[in-house]
Amino acid sequence: MMNGPDEDGRFGEFGGTFVPETLVPACQELEGAFREAWADPEFRNDLDGLLADYAGRPSPVTVCSNLSAQIGVNVLLKREDLNHTGSHKINNVLGQALLAKRMGKTHLVAETGAGQHGVATATAAALFDMECIVYMGEVDISRQELNVFRMKLLGTEVRSAQSGSRTLKDAVNEAMRHWVSVVDSTHYCLGSAMGPHPYPWMVREFHRVIGTEAREQCLKLLDGRLPDVVTACVGGGSNAIGIFSGFSDTATELVGVEPAGGAAVGRGVPGIVHGSLSYLMQDEWGQVLEAESISAGLDYPGVGPEHSYLASTGRASYVAVTDAEVVEAFQLLSRTEGIIPALESAHAIAWVIRAREELAGKTVLVNLSGRGDKDVAQMMDILR
Amino acid sequence: MIGALETALRNRRDSGRKCLVPYITGGLGDDWIEIVRAAAAAGADAIEIGMPFSDPVMDGPTIQLANDQALAAGATPQSILGTLRGADIGVPTVVMTYVNLAFHGGYRRFASNLADAGVSGCILPDIPLEEIEPWAEAADEAGVETVLLAAPTAPDDRLPRICQRSRGFVYGVGLVGITGVRADLADSAKVIAGRLKSVTDKPVLVGVGVGSPKQAVEVSEVSDGVVIGSVVVQRMLDGGGPEGVGDLVAGFRSALDTRFS
Repeated sequence: MMNGPDEDGRFGEFGGTFVPETLVPACQELEGAFREAWADPEFRNDLDGLLADYAGRPSPVTVCSNLSAQIGVNVLLKREDLNHTGSHKINNVLGQALLAKRMGKTHLVAETGAGQHGVATATAAALFDMECIVYMGEVDISRQELNVFRMKLLGTEVRSAQSGSRTLKDAVNEAMRHWVSVVDSTHYCLGSAMGPHPYPWMVREFHRVIGTEAREQCLKLLDGRLPDVVTACVGGGSNAIGIFSGFSDTATELVGVEPAGGAAVGRGVPGIVHGSLSYLMQDEWGQVLEAESISAGLDYPGVGPEHSYLASTGRASYVAVTDAEVVEAFQLLSRTEGIIPALESAHAIAWVIRAREELAGKTVLVNLSGRGDKDVAQMMDILR
Repeated sequence: MIGALETALRNRRDSGRKCLVPYITGGLGDDWIEIVRAAAAAGADAIEIGMPFSDPVMDGPTIQLANDQALAAGATPQSILGTLRGADIGVPTVVMTYVNLAFHGGYRRFASNLADAGVSGCILPDIPLEEIEPWAEAADEAGVETVLLAAPTAPDDRLPRICQRSRGFVYGVGLVGITGVRADLADSAKVIAGRLKSVTDKPVLVGVGVGSPKQAVEVSEVSDGVVIGSVVVQRMLDGGGPEGVGDLVAGFRSALDTRFS
């Protein structure tokens, strides 16, 4: 379980390499380089060192006694919010930047929604002394002003994606167009477990550390037991695939939480965009629809192909929560536990709160993928 | 099987002249089909019909804008094929769109819809060779010629495989990048044309970054002709209409025929 993809980059029927011819050699080169690096103890050692000494891993698991008492579900949080740069994104970015350097690339390009992946990429670019350009939708630039400034402070050029919905989907389009034009010098540091092969596989492997740590931590905290349920928010699905990978071979239930306005898995219609075949929000002709979510990081009409596969096989289930439920969950976790979650991560909390009756007495591990500092200004407007 | 598209292009080549294939965005303006006819009358050997897609990752700002305007005006695959069906254009047409529009309702259905509308060929720039088979088989069955792109980044051993699977012609990508007019022809344009010509007898046309009659002549020193896209669509966006686009295409035709006859 969760070892795939096959040699064509497929998870069941999902995945593949749907890119323009220009990018095929780059995808093949990346696949070979990743396969080789991932099997190289020296690369693994360098990455582990960075994750420990630079990113601050392992991240702890926190028992939420107050919230648990209030809702009758034993809630544990995997604290990816405590990583350097404030989210799980740093795991993947350090891996990809280290790999890009090893491949002799001098430039990074990335897309970002909420800015979490953009900030993480800008951080790695600063650390590795690489040039970096981040594309961000014009709409997101205005709702995530602080992260835009952070990226600039780190020496990255932030470019506004002004086509289409001017959110994450369009930032991916622009980043791919940019990559098509500068593919020799530049590594595309894709921020989720999506895109063409080998990205869904590689990004999962870089985030596998979340699940591996969490499993061990739970066994200790729960006297040798595993949680009944592991849940995480799903946009492209990188934090979810990371934590799921630690539990996929157990009896633990896996639940991905999508935003109601961006429920690609929930709608269940397959499509092909941004390099892979996966569930995709689209109209009757196959035009990609614009997602609508309170959280810029989940404002995406597609989902990583392995999630489509896990949904189709029934190994994981996917649910959707509304913006209103997310706002409630954001406040409840802040008040009960003194932890302000990212709006993305608040989706997973919102589902636990909603499902508290069916989850009564069970132990649920939530991947708290990011911290909410970046969302405070937006929440101030919403709650005012 | 040699289809109508390849036949038309081979005939042009066998006459010692060069092939000219302009790209026109379907559904852009009420008179787009008149523009198609005008381009054909001005000496095009075939017309590429852009079928607008929401996320055109191979396209630069000009074609993106045309896409957005056509979609906003309500263009759909059905409306575009409906207009093409029965339109007496006089030269073969090739639909260029992105894979999801073909995948969504099923490859077989999309291919037969193209054939029913009288479309000869199809270009899907986001399916590379490794993923082409299910689509290409459906297109073969429907009698639709699948034109494959060959990029400057491809290693030598890849090009013969692309040429072998391509139908109609082989589309050499003139530069490492997206569609759009550049000030000068990239060096890579003639290089990819030469590499393709050395491994195939099928017509080799170069597009992407070919934006003036001078550049068309320059690359056609090596290739069998050109595809011109953004320069044509820009003329449409500027309100050039059938007459303006006809004049533009005639200018390319005359430059090519003056040099190669």
